Formats: sequence, C-alpha cells, structure tokens
Amino acid sequence: MIQEGILRHAATRLLGLIPTLLLLITIAFFMIRVAPGGPFDSEKVLPPEIRANLDAKYHLDEPLLQQYFRYLGQIMSGDFGPSFQYKDWTVNELIARGFPVSATVGGLAMLLAFVLGTLIGITAALKQNTATDYSVMGVAMLGISIPNFVIAPLLILGTAVYAGWLPAGGWDWSWQRMVLPVITLALPVIAYIARLTRGSMIEVLHSNYIRTARAKGLPERMVIRRHAFKPAILPVISYMGPATAALITGSVVIERIYSIPGLGSYFVQGALNRDYTLVMGVVIFYGIVIIVLNFIVDLIYAWLNPRIRYDEAS
Amino acid sequence: MTRSSAIRALLACCLTGLASCGDGERDFGGPRENRLQPVELVLMENGRPDPAVLADEQTVLRGNGEEPETLDPHLAQGVPSSHILRDLFEGLTTESPEGKVIPGVALRWNISRDARTYTFYLRRDLVWSNGEPLVADDFVYSLQRALDPGTASSAATTLLPIQNAREVLAGEMAIEELGIALLDEFTMQITLTGPTPYFLGLLASPVAYPVNRKNVEEFGDQFSKPGKLVSNGAYTLSEWNPRVGIELVKNPNYREADSALVERVIYLPIEDQSTEVNRFRSGDLDWTFEVPNNQFKWLQQHYARELVISPWMGSYFFGFNLTQEPFIDNPSLRMALILSVDRQILTEKVTQFGEKPSFALVPPGIDGYVPFSPEYADWTQEERNHEARRLFEQAGYSEDRPLRIEIRYNTSDNHKKIALAIASMWKQVLGINSTLVNEEFRVFLQNREQKVVTQVFRAGWISDYNDPYSFLELFRTGHGLNDYGYGNSTFDALLDEAGKERVRARRERLMFEAERVLMSDHVVIPIYTYVTKRLVNPHLRGWQNNVMDHHPTRFMFKLKSRAPGSPEPQAEFAPDTPPATEAQPRATGDPEEPTPEQAAEPVLADEEESQ
Repeated sequence: MIQEGILRHAATRLLGLIPTLLLLITIAFFMIRVAPGGPFDSEKVLPPEIRANLDAKYHLDEPLLQQYFRYLGQIMSGDFGPSFQYKDWTVNELIARGFPVSATVGGLAMLLAFVLGTLIGITAALKQNTATDYSVMGVAMLGISIPNFVIAPLLILGTAVYAGWLPAGGWDWSWQRMVLPVITLALPVIAYIARLTRGSMIEVLHSNYIRTARAKGLPERMVIRRHAFKPAILPVISYMGPATAALITGSVVIERIYSIPGLGSYFVQGALNRDYTLVMGVVIFYGIVIIVLNFIVDLIYAWLNPRIRYDEAS
Repeated sequence: MTRSSAIRALLACCLTGLASCGDGERDFGGPRENRLQPVELVLMENGRPDPAVLADEQTVLRGNGEEPETLDPHLAQGVPSSHILRDLFEGLTTESPEGKVIPGVALRWNISRDARTYTFYLRRDLVWSNGEPLVADDFVYSLQRALDPGTASSAATTLLPIQNAREVLAGEMAIEELGIALLDEFTMQITLTGPTPYFLGLLASPVAYPVNRKNVEEFGDQFSKPGKLVSNGAYTLSEWNPRVGIELVKNPNYREADSALVERVIYLPIEDQSTEVNRFRSGDLDWTFEVPNNQFKWLQQHYARELVISPWMGSYFFGFNLTQEPFIDNPSLRMALILSVDRQILTEKVTQFGEKPSFALVPPGIDGYVPFSPEYADWTQEERNHEARRLFEQAGYSEDRPLRIEIRYNTSDNHKKIALAIASMWKQVLGINSTLVNEEFRVFLQNREQKVVTQVFRAGWISDYNDPYSFLELFRTGHGLNDYGYGNSTFDALLDEAGKERVRARRERLMFEAERVLMSDHVVIPIYTYVTKRLVNPHLRGWQNNVMDHHPTRFMFKLKSRAPGSPEPQAEFAPDTPPATEAQPRATGDPEEPTPEQAAEPVLADEEESQ
C-alpha cells in the first residue's frame, strides 16, 4: 500500500516537472534576450558584413518567436546546441564535463557537512548550556558568518603557499586538489546543520516518548540512537534537499578561487557573455537537478517520518 | 584492527601523496621565495644555451587567463587563445622574441612598387604535423576559409585589407575573386585594396594561419580537438580539458624542431588573478598571465626577481560626448577638464601598478613611432591647474554657475578608483560636482554608442597590431567605435593620405599630424598607457619583453637549479640579449640589480662564478 502511494506520488511529481520546465525555459529564454547587448558585442565593433554572417550562422537574424520555437524543437531531441562563447564545444559537452566535477566536490562537501554537522549538533544538544555547547556552537556561528571568499584564500595561503602540503588550486581529479574546495564549501553547511540538529534534538529530548524510553531504563546511548536521532534530523533532511542542489550545481566563488572546472562558472560566464545557448542549457539542467533532489528529499522524509505517508492524502 | 590498519593506509597515502601531487612532477614545496635559484646561463658559440645548464625536464606551465574561446585559428580572437595558437601554428610571417616580423613559412617576399601586391616564396621542405607537405595552396585555402561568409569569423576583420575581402564577406562576390592567387606549388600572391604598411605583421596573426584542408573537411567544426588537430607550428595539441588546461607537446615535424628546447607546454586557464599568484608562489606555474593590481606593491617588494613589467600597446583614457551638452562646441571646457587631471597622482597614488602617465593617444614603443606630445605635457601640474581655471571661466562657469557632470564607466574597481580620483581633482581645481555612474559592460557599450546619455566616459584601446593607425582610425567620422561623435575632415583626410603613403617616414609624419589635430580638438582625456605585468620563474629564459606581449614558447628554455648553498652570482636574472632601455624585465628596488653594462652582456662560460 505504502509503495503504491509513493509510486503514484512520484508519477505526479514527474508529470508536474514538464510544465515547470517549460515555464522555466520560456522565462529564461526571453529574459536573457531582453538583457541589453548580444553575444557578439565587444569593445571592438564588427563590420556589418561579419555581423550579418554571425547572426545568420547562429539564427539570430530570425524573429524572436521563431528562434524560441527552433530552440524548443532542438532541446526536445536533447541537444542544447553549440556554445557561443566556447566555439569548439557544445553545451552538452560542457555540462557533461562540468557537472561531474561540481557534483563530486559538492557531494563530498554535503557528506562531510552532514556527518560533522549532526555530530556537533547532537554533542551540543546533549551538553546543553555547558562550555562545550557554547564553544562548539560559537565556532559554528563563525563558520556561518565568515564568507567563503575570505576562508578560501586563507586556507590556500596556509596549506599551499606556506606549508606546501596541498596544491593552490587547479583540477586533475586527485584528492589533494579536492580537499580545500570541499572543506570551504562544507564549512557554512556544517555550521547550519549543527544548529538545526542541536535545536531539534533538544526539542525531541524533552518529548514524552523519550521520557518513557528513559523510564523504561534504556541506556542513554540507546535512547539517543534508536528514539531521538531519527526525529531530530528531520529538519536537517528537509534543509538538505535545496542545500545539496546548491552545492552540486557548483559555486562560482569556489570555482574561481580554486580554479575548478565546475558548472557554476558556466552559468555566470554564460550570462555575462550573453552566451544564450550555454545559459539556457545550464538553467534547464539546474531546473531538473533541483526538482529531482526535492523529490528525493520527499521520499526520504516519508521513510523517516511515519506521520507522512503519501497514500493517506487520497 | 581493520579500522586502525585503514587509518594507517590512509596516513601513508597522505604522506606519499603529498610528496607527489597529481602527476608526480610538480612539487608544492612552499613559497617560491625559499626556492632554489637557477644556475648561470652559459651560451655556446652559436648563441644557443649550453646543454649543461639546462634543466632535465623542459616543461613550461603558463597561466593563461580565461578559457580560450576556440583553437580554430580563423575564429579565435581573444588573447588567451592567441598565445596557444602562436605555439601551434606558423603563418607566412612570424615573430622574433622581440616581436619583430620575420619570415615564417614564407622564406622571402617581394612587394610591388605600388605596395599593393605581395609575392610570397614559401620554404620548400615543410610538412604538417601529420607529415603531409605544406604548400602554397594550403594558405590560399586557409585565407579563403577565414573570409568565407559561412565561416562567420569575427577575426576576419584583420584580413579586410585584402582586395575584395569586404565584398566576399558580404556574400556579394565569389570567394575566388579574393585578391589571393596561387602562382605555383610554393609561390603565392596577395593583392591589397590599398597600401597597408603593417600587412606583413597581420599575416603573423592567427586568422592568417594555415589549416589543413583534409583535417577541416574530415572533422568539420570539431577539427580543433585533441587527437584531431593538424598544425604546422612548433607544438601540437595533445590534451584539452575545458577550464582545466591545454597541453601541447613538441612537433618533431616543425622546421626548427631542433632549436625548440621546451618539450611540453601546459596552458592553465586561471580566471582569478589572486589564485594565479598563489599558484605561482606554490610552484605550480612558471609564468602568470597577469598580476592583480592590489598585490602589485607587495609583489614589487617580495618578488622583485620574478616580477616583469614592460610597456604594452594600449592606452587608457576617458572620452567626451561631443554631440551633447555641456561638451558640444565647448573646447575650452574640455581642455580645462583635461588639464586639471593630475596623471602623476593617478598612476603613482591611485592605481599604483606601474602604468605610465600619458598626454596623447598613441602609446610609446609602437614600431618607432614617436607619439605627439602637447605643450602642457612639460608644464607642472600647478601651471596646468592655473590654465584650467582660466579656460573654465572662459567657458562661462564659475562658483555661481557651477558645472554638474556625469562620469560613466563599466563596473570595475579600477575604473571606479580612477573615476573617483578624477572627480575629486575636478572638484578641487574647478569646483565641478560630478556624479559617478557605473554600468554593466554591455549596457555601458550600448549607451556609449548611442551618444545620448553619456557625458564623460571611460574608454581605452589595446591594439591588435603594431601600428599607430589602429588607435587613430577610431576617431574617423562615422567609425563604428567613434562614440565621441568626433568629426573633423582635416583629420580624416590626413588618415586617408597615411593609408595611401608608401614611404614610411612620410606616413608616420601624416599620422603624427593626425594625432596632433585630434589632441588639439580635445576629444579624450589621456590618463595612462598600459604595461604588462607578470611573474616569471627565474629558471625560465629565452623570452624577451616586447610591446606586442607575444611570447612563443619555442624560444624559451629552463635552466637547472643551483645547488643549495652555492654563492649567489652577481648578475641576477639578466635578460638574454640587450633589452630596450625601458623594457627591463625586472622591478625597481632590487638591491642586486646589475648595472646596465652587466645586464647587456650575458655572462659567459669563463666567468669566475661558473663552476
């Protein structure tokens, strides 16, 4: 019964994806076109003959609506077209190379953040209002409030330039080059998760069923593991959906500072260069990633929380 | 048990892994200031470096700014791609380490009396990287491809001097009607619309490089990918990971493969300048694309040996919109504004990154041309301010009738700092209240072009070729980049004449005259001329400063490190040949700076320090 409910829910969500994406594509398509300037504007003006050739090659000479439908037709077949800016690459190729990098760095950062964040949060909650609690949460506050463009250069100076332990940036899929970006990305998330966990853990520990468990004489370790942990991380799980999406789609700041070839820079560079196809490709891809992740979070949520079962809705 | 052994394995992996990061050839052994220094350069009789002083591994890691937009030489326009393409390909002409045009694939050439027809005689024994012979027809095909409307190349602008190029690009003429003719297997002729004294230089730029016809026809727009690209330069493409790096290896089929000492070049796209400096400091780079302005002073103090500053052919200035109030028909006001800008303070106190104050449009150092220098260039700033106040009153402004203007620039810290400083100078000297307006780059370009809302705006120009004409033509009546609305028939006529003139000295005189006319019309506020700044590993030699900032890798080589503890030689990092007076590849303030005589004379084998 429960299985069936989840399946039905999944099907509805997947169907809902289509109008959402269509809306996203339409808004993004016209927004980037409305932005002043075009992909071939630069400080050096092109002779009109060359300009006309470029417009013809990229179909920019057609009416906007025709371009829109041409684009829709093209992406139906899964082809995002050639990038205007990186002329030797198609948008598909760029996403295929950029996303694994962003997903690896972001995924590792999320993993690190989840493990450390919940550990810190639970520790702080168990030692509520002690020196441990205050110092751990104080450090977590620092993690949230210091921006990553400050932390990253400091980490590079310390570990790469002066100590010489790690490379100062670049990418070759070796773990050495992943360490610093993963830590930098994870720091604020660790802090956020720690705060969430601490808050909900304290709340859960005060609830009646925990009192019952303790009254039954269960060891404290068991109480925490079996009865308190699952409900306490529920808010963390719902936070992790959008947070994971944000991490694995790439951060421009981190990518710039560590020179990592992730997806985030393509999005920003694409928008700044009016690289229409690249921006559109990345926007659509982002849309799909975010929708899918939210859906996964819903499933995990249902699994963790017996109060939510999708069959009950009907 | 299992856990502790896993931890031990991880630790071991850490320790060994750290010692050999990545491919095991680079070491991240702390900041470069503690690094080993190179041995003394020893030259052999033929002027080549002695193999005994060369490092075993000849790999050069070059920081290269942004990701190159393409490696198709006919489409490439950006600076990053042009650096790579200069290593991959060679045109009919090419450049020496000093940036002079020298024979490339063409061994020699004849120029007709009317300076419109160039006959090129190609070297006969050349082959492509795939072993096929390189013939004149390859160039005919390539130039036609670059100008084909279907190629839609923006870089083709460079080839517009060729006869009928514009018509072919517009699709009005067949491609065969281009002024390019094949005379025999190794001879070809190019006819121009008019005399173009810098044409041989244009032929050394990527858009005039040959591409292999079979290669292009086989792979279409994918031909520039590794494993596919066939090239004719000193290096071939072996790997390309977008935004990670591009690796080139030596092309054994290159005509001078024996003299190219560097075996492998890796171009790393590093967008962030601070990251680039950090990677240089941690030993990950031999050559940076640039250095961040805000670290310039620090680098000058701490990396004097590595920091290289050299004049570049670019000008930074602000322009007036001459079509709108208050600047329309108001030369006195414009002159007052130009005079009251203290360029010394701007370059020494505001920007602080080694730029040279400028009073004219064309930067110094371009192929022997001496830029026009207005009278006020020799005045003190006090005298300039005095004259500025007089002109300002003459223009009808005073304390009772103050002037309000807008200074417009595209969003950038540097432009902002300069605009702010100029505004305060105008406030101080003339009592002008100015508003700063910053705009996103493309919005800014559009506003500038429309000439409606602009008053004073940031401008600048970095030339593609070694000729003052590149700067002056921007001010022709109706030119696409004449965002000033400037129009002066005398100026246009002088440029027309310069375009036709064959005698170099006379042509330069005409351009000088044109620059004088332009500067007397007070169209721009010259601020400074650009310099290039970068960090270079002292082990890396063979390159030279030049105003083009072109540095082909094939002239470079890497020296061995000196054994630790051996005495410092006296001549530190002297350039390999006598440098131009200004183009000294070192920052000021180096206590070990050699005298010019020492620098000019490379130390030879029998010097006492060599071991």
